[in-house]
Amino acid sequence: MGESAAEGEVFKALADPTRRVILDELAERDGQTLFEICSRLTMRHGLGLSRQAVSQHLEVLARAGLVTGRREGRYKFHHIDTTPLDRLTDRWRREN
Amino acid sequence: MRIYVTSVYVDDQDKALSFYTGKLGFEVKADVPVGEHRWLTVVSPADPDGCELLLEPDAHPAAKPFKAALVDDGVPLTSFYVDDVEAEYERLRGLGVRFTQEPLRMGDVTTAVLDDTCGNLIQILHKPGLVKQ
Repeated sequence: MGESAAEGEVFKALADPTRRVILDELAERDGQTLFEICSRLTMRHGLGLSRQAVSQHLEVLARAGLVTGRREGRYKFHHIDTTPLDRLTDRWRREN
Repeated sequence: MRIYVTSVYVDDQDKALSFYTGKLGFEVKADVPVGEHRWLTVVSPADPDGCELLLEPDAHPAAKPFKAALVDDGVPLTSFYVDDVEAEYERLRGLGVRFTQEPLRMGDVTTAVLDDTCGNLIQILHKPGLVKQ
């Protein structure tokens, strides 16, 4: 069985270490503003990325379905969604 | 040269006065009518002769889109020092204050971000030794 375009997006999203750190931080506390994500990357990981760069990483994660944006009034929060990971490696596993 | 005042742009000075004194606990330092608005400043009771915070009307057409864009990204307009972020978070939440970032420890710095109800997000911060007691 081959790879779907959607799965391709997931692998692409996961290939970048900064994006994996973003997922780590969202897994620790789900639902963060862009500002909080930027603060965590800078202060905890020494990753001094621009807000724009972090925004672009979030877009790649969103395209892969790993992050969703939720608007609450004037605020916007980013949430992790691990659903795309559930069956991602099934094709390499031996069925029992 | 010294910094004696800094501003937050508020959508309503009466509402701002109520929030910054009633919830945050600042005290009025100056309240002088100026045209259709007021020169309205507050100070911390812990530092009454310190830097004043001007509750400045966001009447300029550029102010509102600027504020909205910051809030959209969760960016605080300014930052206030507190002795204990967790304790302030609990106290203010008890008063109905909305936070967009719960207390977050990053090394020796702890921050949280709240909504001032006047169109701004405000960060509270603690870092040991930052402010002389």
